[in-house]
Amino acid sequence: MESRKTIYKWFMIWDFEKEEAWLNEMALNGWVLESVGLCSYHFVRCQPGEYSVRLEMHPYDESYISFMEETGAEYVGQMLMWIFFRKKTEEGPFDLFSDIDSRIRHLDKIGKMLSVIGGANLVIGMMNTVGPGRMGWINLLCATLLMYALGRIHGKKEALEKERLLHE
Amino acid sequence: MADTLALTEATYYILLSLINPQHGYGIMQQTEQMSRGRVRLAAGTLYGALNSLCDKGWIIQLPVEDGSRRKEYRLTAQGKRVLENEVARLRELAENGERILRGE
Repeated sequence: MESRKTIYKWFMIWDFEKEEAWLNEMALNGWVLESVGLCSYHFVRCQPGEYSVRLEMHPYDESYISFMEETGAEYVGQMLMWIFFRKKTEEGPFDLFSDIDSRIRHLDKIGKMLSVIGGANLVIGMMNTVGPGRMGWINLLCATLLMYALGRIHGKKEALEKERLLHE
Repeated sequence: MADTLALTEATYYILLSLINPQHGYGIMQQTEQMSRGRVRLAAGTLYGALNSLCDKGWIIQLPVEDGSRRKEYRLTAQGKRVLENEVARLRELAENGERILRGE
């Protein structure tokens, strides 16, 4: 029986929770994430349900990684701005965020990143549609996609903020 | 933000845990113990909170000992005052709640 496999897949930023749920489903089926590449996920065989996997938008940061390792989590890898961790389920529940405030802050960070990259693409795109190359539509397409993502993230943030009015 | 605002549960338990020097994982364990398993601090939330509490000057990071990668933190005098104010605020909340629910 093969012991490793790689799956190529787009990472939908606005559905990062779904990506995470998918990675945990893989672990439940006996495949745990071992490393990541650009849009590629590398898995290795594990006992079904041996691990939980979490991901977060966080730039590579050694002090954060060693902090996480101190709590029993393992650093899996970094895909651009996203950091991946896993932890053995026998060591207890594994979450990155435990209150609404930190979830809102996380969405805020994602939103800021999307607006910066989206804005840059918009400007470059508009400049290039009038220029000689006429390749600006690629940037405009990227900008549209990023703005869509931003809208979805903003929606999630609003829902949490509403809840935050009543709960912590 | 004003220091008279209510603390979050996470902040409250982090500050309480840091009466004595403690590292991140210790704070998580102590919080869970104190709240009898009700409050579990997730590592990402804790990491963010520790950084902002350091920025505010309510806690400080202790110098890292040789050979150890674990960072330890401790409550400052300012942090202790914040904690005392919060306990007074919580007492008021609880007393009012009990009085009114008893129907006085």
